[in-house]
Amino acid sequence: MESFFIFMAIGLTVIIIIPFYRVIEGPTVFDRLLGAGAIGTKTLVLILLLGHLFGRLEMFIDIALAYSILNFIGSLIVAKYFSTDNSKE
Amino acid sequence: MTEIQNILTIILIVAGSFFMLVGSIGVVRLPDFFTRSHATSKSDTLGIMLIILGLMVYEGFCLNSLKLLIIFVFVAIANPVGAHALARAALSFGIKPWFKKEDKKEE
Repeated sequence: MESFFIFMAIGLTVIIIIPFYRVIEGPTVFDRLLGAGAIGTKTLVLILLLGHLFGRLEMFIDIALAYSILNFIGSLIVAKYFSTDNSKE
Repeated sequence: MTEIQNILTIILIVAGSFFMLVGSIGVVRLPDFFTRSHATSKSDTLGIMLIILGLMVYEGFCLNSLKLLIIFVFVAIANPVGAHALARAALSFGIKPWFKKEDKKEE
């Protein structure tokens, strides 16, 4: 059962690398934001899986909760900043 | 009892990571920003919820499952709201939604 979690964690790192293409290539700023948001939500799950592998799930659940809140607030703030096209001056 | 737990955990976590893979491919391949936000807000959230459910089944009834439930509910609410805020900001920033070449409405 433990090797299953290790295999899933490795598979998840591969899944996390895929949106990097959109972060680099993204034509508009919002595509990059979307890629970064996608990576953020996926690392949340990776944190939980690693927490289980390290045996100390209680600590990692708090880290994952704080990380998901920060990720959510961060994407809200950046979205609000970019909504007014002040970058056109 | 633990055999059923293990099998259920494996099924849930494999399904969750499959949906996250679909979400990642969707972010890369879809043509326009608004179609890409479909991928991140929907299939990613489903993938995360399935994986967290799998971990909860594996943990059984204890404090960890309660905390995992809190993360489950928060992600279920926060992810779509974040994607909605991004899409609204993109629309007010002036990004036109993508239409198919024959002008068929594609939303």
